[in-house]
Formats: sequence, structure tokens, C-alpha cells
Amino acid sequence: MLGLEFPPINEILRWQDLTNSFNKISLIAVAAAIIGSLVFLLAGSKDAAVAPTGIRNLAETSVEFIEDSVIMQTMGKEGLPWTPFLLSLFIFILLCNSTGIVPIIQMPATARIAIPLFLSLLVWIVFIGTGLKHQKIRYFTNLLWPPGVPVALKPLVGLIEFFSTIIVRPLSLTVRLFANMLAGHILLVTFALLSEAMFEAKTHVPLLNIGGILPFFMLVFLTAFEVLVVFLQAYIFTILTAVYIGSSTHAEH
Amino acid sequence: MEAISHVVAAGLTGDEQKKANAAIGAGFAYGIAAIGPGIGIGYIVGKSVEAMARQPEAAGMVRTTMFLGIAFTEALALIGFVVFILIGL
Repeated sequence: MLGLEFPPINEILRWQDLTNSFNKISLIAVAAAIIGSLVFLLAGSKDAAVAPTGIRNLAETSVEFIEDSVIMQTMGKEGLPWTPFLLSLFIFILLCNSTGIVPIIQMPATARIAIPLFLSLLVWIVFIGTGLKHQKIRYFTNLLWPPGVPVALKPLVGLIEFFSTIIVRPLSLTVRLFANMLAGHILLVTFALLSEAMFEAKTHVPLLNIGGILPFFMLVFLTAFEVLVVFLQAYIFTILTAVYIGSSTHAEH
Repeated sequence: MEAISHVVAAGLTGDEQKKANAAIGAGFAYGIAAIGPGIGIGYIVGKSVEAMARQPEAAGMVRTTMFLGIAFTEALALIGFVVFILIGL
């Protein structure tokens, strides 16, 4: 037996509290907000007339990324005023996610449900508010009964549409981000523990200790995979937000 | 599944047996939840690659839609994962 003891879930997710209501996860979230704002404020203070270098390059690339591959693909030209909202959402989630692969910290702030839940409630309020602003009170009737539904089916369709738009949308946004980051974190913990246990195992055959390099390679590989997941989850959250907002600006025809 | 819980139950007291059953249930919860989305995501990506190969100029649009489809399909597996966390750990 290796004697591999997997720690209880609280031990790998709950960091010690700094004060009663402020733990290290909140610290990461605050730091992510401050770093994100600082980068864009710095980039904004550079001279716009000369060719962009360094930090401005980074900022311009991310703005262009949001405009080209998120907004233009889902909302079209009239969605461009939404760039600031979607960009700040994307940068905040990206920074919160990426603490999961930064050595020493290695805890994604989005692996606790609080931050994803709050973000998707914000998105929920924003897309319902947009719908009310653009279609007035008819937003709810348009939402419940897409055009062309036979009268006999209206109660059923209304029920399904209500659940899928009002309840399932924010829930699935939350769970998608939260569960992806948590799963990645648990995977990394598992392989780190396994390689540690194999390196330190006291056996007569040193083969086992040498074999510990295999889970370590797996750990390195999974960290590289997490880089992809970190980016992809931020991207998917942003693009789904864009789709939801886009769907509430126009009634379906 | 009942057979497995009988084997596990041998020589365990009430609370331990409850825990053992929860562990088995957790394994099944995630394992079964992963089957459908696995097939679904494979199908989505395969079809998208087909579409991109047939019409490379539409690759950007296909890729966006592909990610959307993957996100919706994957949610089912992730709910299974959350259930696994809730009852297993």
C-alpha cells in the first residue's frame, strides 16, 4: 500500500480566513479586479497616436478579441457598445481562473461557487433588464411564446421556455464555470499527492520511488491542459453572456 | 449495484455502510453522467471538423457555434460531477 490519503474536500478548497468574513479567495478576487483595472488604465494612458507597444499591445489585442470573436459572431454590429461589459467580465474571470495554475497560489478563485454564482446573477439581471428596455413588457410574452406556437401547446411551451430561460440559464452558467475549475483543481491535487506519496514511499525497491516521476509528468501535462481550460471557460462564459444579451434585444421572428 | 453493496456491506455497521453506499453511488453518478456528453461532444466536434474542411472560409463561425454546442452539452456531465462531489466527498 502506498498509504495515499486524499484530504477531505474542505482542506483543499478552504483556505484559512484572514479575518472573519475575508478569506484568501476574496483576496484573489480583489487582486484580480485591481490588476485587471490597472493594466487597462496604464494602457489607456499611453499616447494613442504612436504605434502600440508593450502593455497597450496586450490591451488592444484583448479588446479586438472580444469585438471580433465574441460580439461580431453573436450580436453583430449593434452589439459593439457592450464591449466594455463583456471585456471586464472576460478579464476578471480569466484572472480569477488563472490563479489555479500560478505556482504557490494554485487555487482558482472560481472553484468556490460564490464568484461564478454572483457573476451569473449579474448576467441574469443584465439580460432581463436589456429585454425589458428594448421590448418593454412584451419581452416576457415574447420569451414565453415564440411566434408560431399553436394555441393548444402554449401552456407547455410557456412552461418549458420559462424554466430554460429564467432558471436554467443562470444555473448552468454558474455550474459550468465552477465545476470545470473545481474538477481541474482536484485533478491537479490528485496527481501532486500521488507523485509526492510515490517519491517518499519507504520500500526496499527504489523502483517505486523512481516511478513517481510518471504522475509528476502527468501533473505537468495537466497543468498545460489547465492553461487551455482557464482560457476556454472565460471565453465560453463571455460568449454565452453575449448570446443571452443578443437574444433579449430582439424578439424572435 | 445491489450485489456490490451486499459485498461491501459484509461486516460493516450502519453508519459505515451508509458511507460505503454513498461512495459507490458517487462513482456511478459521475461515470454514467459522462457517457452521454462524451458521445455528444465527439459528435459536435466531428461534424464541425467536417464543416470546416468542406468550407474553410466559414471556419470562424463554425468554431464559435461549436464552442457553444460543447458548452451546452458539457453542462450535463458537470452536473454529474457536482452530484459526485455532493454525495461522495
